[in-house]
Amino acid sequence: MRFGKKGQGHPDTIETDLAIQVRDANYVYPTGKVVALSGVNLDVHPGELLGIVGQNGSGKTTLTKLMNRLLKPTSGTVYVNGLLTTPRTVQEMSQHIGYVFQNPNHQLFARTVRDELEFGPKNIGVDQDEINRRVEDAIEFFDLGSVIEEHPYRVSFPIRKLVGIASVVTMRPSIIILDEPSTGQDHQTTRIINSLMRRLSDQGTTVICVSHDMPLLADVVGRVVVMRNTEIIADASPREVFADRELMLTTNLQAPQITEIALRTVHPLGGPVALTAEELATDVAGRISKRGN
Amino acid sequence: MPDPIVSFDSVTYRYPGTDFFALTEVSLEIMQGEYVGIIGLNGAGKTTLGLCVNGVVPSMLGGDREGRVVVEGLDVEEYPVREMAKIVGMVFDNPEFQMSQMTCAEEVALGLENAGIAYEEMRERVREALALVGLAGFDDRSPLGLSGGQQQRLAIAAVLAMKPRVLIMDEPTSNLDPIGKQEVFDMATTLNQEFGMTVIVIEHEVEVLALYADRIIVMDGGKVIMNGTPAEIFSQVEKLNALGLRVPEATDLAHRLGKQKLWKGALPTTTEEAVGALNSLLGVKA
Repeated sequence: MRFGKKGQGHPDTIETDLAIQVRDANYVYPTGKVVALSGVNLDVHPGELLGIVGQNGSGKTTLTKLMNRLLKPTSGTVYVNGLLTTPRTVQEMSQHIGYVFQNPNHQLFARTVRDELEFGPKNIGVDQDEINRRVEDAIEFFDLGSVIEEHPYRVSFPIRKLVGIASVVTMRPSIIILDEPSTGQDHQTTRIINSLMRRLSDQGTTVICVSHDMPLLADVVGRVVVMRNTEIIADASPREVFADRELMLTTNLQAPQITEIALRTVHPLGGPVALTAEELATDVAGRISKRGN
Repeated sequence: MPDPIVSFDSVTYRYPGTDFFALTEVSLEIMQGEYVGIIGLNGAGKTTLGLCVNGVVPSMLGGDREGRVVVEGLDVEEYPVREMAKIVGMVFDNPEFQMSQMTCAEEVALGLENAGIAYEEMRERVREALALVGLAGFDDRSPLGLSGGQQQRLAIAAVLAMKPRVLIMDEPTSNLDPIGKQEVFDMATTLNQEFGMTVIVIEHEVEVLALYADRIIVMDGGKVIMNGTPAEIFSQVEKLNALGLRVPEATDLAHRLGKQKLWKGALPTTTEEAVGALNSLLGVKA
């Protein structure tokens, strides 16, 4: 099968309210043997906080790379802010969609952390005053003050990872994809990532987070897409997804500990499928006080 | 009480070219056959502590070290790292960075070749090590074609082939999916329980440590500041939170109820403990 250069005869732009629209997307690696994505359909609304979960090799990263045009679908379409990705360059798409790699070494190259944070906005022609404001904001939010003049490779890996995230955030893209942002992070830096995702979403940025960190997703995202063996097999709220034991088993995923406890205690009594300790504690306290009266 | 296999006596260490101490007056003992979890913020000194046990600090990395680390009766500083590798094996969070060979068997044999082990014995040890980590029959497979969990188990097999008595795993599963994580921790538990291997795990995921470890060591700013059973450590919820650390969600739940005087007795650290205690609190029969 051969496709025209202009994207298989699909319209170059569409009128849409969606941040991302994926239709019947398939991806087969160029060797022609390995199918990485089959028949994927996905609508993401502006400002949505979306988690993508699944075992390694299930297609999560392939799907996100179709969004920022690092990969082109073998068939089907991907529109980002109404723009068909296929005929566009990665550079053009990077003005719409920021991609934070799992491994910061794949994206950092400047001489200092400050240069790294300035590079993106400079590159797209943001004026220096605005760049300074964004960098100061990033230094404060990510607590990078003590390392700002260091070489990115002189700082510890977890901090380098925050630098990688910050250097995309300073570009202010309307969509941000985070690939395993909390991997190798301690509780303190995970909390920074947690509040970053909330803040971005509050500001109207669309956030897509690929992660194995179920407690993080349970706490932050409004919607979880579950992938297995190149397909999307579920797309629902974290509560519905984590309560689905069958789904957790067949995808080899593990619900947060607190959800597991809720499912085996208050849920059979009509209680919620809790996502956080706070939520479950509130439910249990309510039950005990009701019984006490 | 069995003998300590690892002991630190007032160890202070500074990496070359830095002006702060990565470790400050660390004293501790780890017993033969213990399963120890180490937690702390990034930069607390956890990895440095591990590197002191296998002798990479200070033998390979230099720097200034005071105090003494003794492993199996040997002063670590007086033995080359390749000798220590026969006693202490260490694996890190990026298994693919540790892979260099064409086949799994060659990968596992590499350290043995360097140690000058005879061919027949080498074959036997490779076979044993692959079997121990559940990769029997993978001899001729390429390491790069394995899943993340399999790669990490292969890295552990390469370490086990040296027949160490101590296995140190530094965030061994941070790059693995849940099934890979389960594989690695199940395997470490088998090594610990059936073969008496001393296991030291550096890990952020406290739920996993609460389930497997006999003892938890908490590090902060280069110091060991807490040291006890998972129940003893994780019950100090507020102290850990103040350090920027968290406790298992099971413990957090009970602690929250405790603040409202609704939880009596010990705080649970595992799912099973929490489910049992909570159901009896709610008057549900198990």
